[in-house]
Amino acid sequence: MDADNSIVVEGLVREFKTLRAVDGIDLRVEPGEIYGFLGPNGAGKSTTVLMLTTLLPPSAGTARVAGYDVVRDGPKVRAAIGAALQEAALDPLLTGRDHLRLQATLQGLPRGERQSRTVELLDRVGLSDAADRKVKGYSGGMKRRLDLALALVHRPRIIFLDEPTTGLDIQSRTALWGEVARLAREDGVTIFLTTQYLEEADVLADRVGIIDHGHIVAEGTPDALKDEIGRPSVHATPLSEADSDRVAAVLAEFGEPVAGATRDIAVRLRDGNAGLAEVVRALDAQSLTVADLELKQPTLDDVFLAKTGRSLEGDDDGENEETAPARGRRR
Amino acid sequence: MSSAVAEQVRAVAGRSVTRTLRQPASAIPPLIFPMMLLAVNSAGLKASTQLPGFPTDSFLAFALAVPFIQGALFSTMNAGTDLARDIQTGFLNRLSLTSLRGSALLTGQLAGIVTLGLMQAVFYTAVGLLVGVRFASGPAGVLVLFVFAALVSLGFGALGSFLALRTGSGESIQGIFPLLFVFLFISSMNAPRDLIAVRWFRIAATLNPVSYLIECVRSLIITGWDAQALALGFGVAIAIATVSLVLATRALRRRMVR
Repeated sequence: MDADNSIVVEGLVREFKTLRAVDGIDLRVEPGEIYGFLGPNGAGKSTTVLMLTTLLPPSAGTARVAGYDVVRDGPKVRAAIGAALQEAALDPLLTGRDHLRLQATLQGLPRGERQSRTVELLDRVGLSDAADRKVKGYSGGMKRRLDLALALVHRPRIIFLDEPTTGLDIQSRTALWGEVARLAREDGVTIFLTTQYLEEADVLADRVGIIDHGHIVAEGTPDALKDEIGRPSVHATPLSEADSDRVAAVLAEFGEPVAGATRDIAVRLRDGNAGLAEVVRALDAQSLTVADLELKQPTLDDVFLAKTGRSLEGDDDGENEETAPARGRRR
Repeated sequence: MSSAVAEQVRAVAGRSVTRTLRQPASAIPPLIFPMMLLAVNSAGLKASTQLPGFPTDSFLAFALAVPFIQGALFSTMNAGTDLARDIQTGFLNRLSLTSLRGSALLTGQLAGIVTLGLMQAVFYTAVGLLVGVRFASGPAGVLVLFVFAALVSLGFGALGSFLALRTGSGESIQGIFPLLFVFLFISSMNAPRDLIAVRWFRIAATLNPVSYLIECVRSLIITGWDAQALALGFGVAIAIATVSLVLATRALRRRMVR
């Protein structure tokens, strides 16, 4: 049995009429790794997932999932993977238990195993008490957990999670993160996770690929990517707006300006953390008082900003434009 | 059909029936509306039985054929909107990621529709018997009637599935539904074709395949065993089912490119 749990993508392209949603990406996900695919709405994340899960044929390039070509070996790829796509695709009139039974039958689980697997998964995602309620009465978090359980029914070796926590409250999000981490750490499942949440990628992913306008603009471990940016930034909020220019002038001696919050004046420190003490002394020497002074370590958003010139946080383009052709008609 | 595929078909059919029965707004109209139309027409058009050459003295028996076809038209809408909803919500993608075969998906979906069509046929028959209609073809004719109802549900269900797969939109299916009803109203639903006085209407009813579906059911109720009516009815139903199934299968193959 081929136990290759990797994902290997070379020059993958997907075009929709005039739109090149994915523009020749290369990536490799190692067995048992959690790979965070990070990018703003409309960047090409979901289109990539649809191609890797065999739901959308690529326009060019190749992708091997679990050792199988996504175009030539579709049935073998599908047998090896589980997927929870962007919207929890559930039937509101069926119960959680109905969904799991249906999925177990369609995935070809032996008849004797279906019931026990259903009970096991309901328990695992904390839905045992709600198992016999119709899904239309589930909260967003419960739907997402059921979605994850459905992806696990046939014990896949690779799981694709397309923005699994979008719209969830912190508690539901944290619970899902715990389950995803457990799948990789304890069960050795390879996880391809798309997200627009920096924190999610930071907490969960072993490595992160950042995609923008269909191109991968950065790839590496979260720490390595942040180290590329290297230096922390200091953010000062003048006590009086009248002092803003003077504070900015002082800070400019210690590094290059970066974008901060509305009233913040921020620079990336030339000398790293050690520069903070000098900043404090310089402000004091000029008799400048600040309401707040904060040292911030680089984040993945800083990485995104450095690579694309835009901030990822608060971006709100239309992902729907990217995925609509795939949902409407898969050709 | 292998046992694995048979299990998949059963699972998809079971889901189709379950979701319809859990949705009174889908399950009840195909039962109630045809009965309401039957009651109104039977009361209003009772005098038609006095026309020379009218084939029965009970307009209720004459009109009882219509609910069977009207109910099957509801099958078109139910099958179509269910499948369109699966496309819109991504549920079809979920099914596509399993080992489910396209043929099993379509067969299962249609098996569910046929099951519901049969349940409707049993209901209409029971109502007919309760209000005093006697089936001229006897118990065997009732069985043939059920087979015919299943075949018509299959054909119209496949047509609805085809429309859903082509448009991917439940709203489009609901938009087409009234158009299908036009076929019902310009058929021989309220009068035998040879008694329709208006020439264009008589020609339209003669060209309209729905007329032959109604006349097949009607013959079993009021005539007995009419070989010509049965042959025409089954012929038209088989033709509709064959064309619709071919179109739906092709559309599904395109939709499930994977």
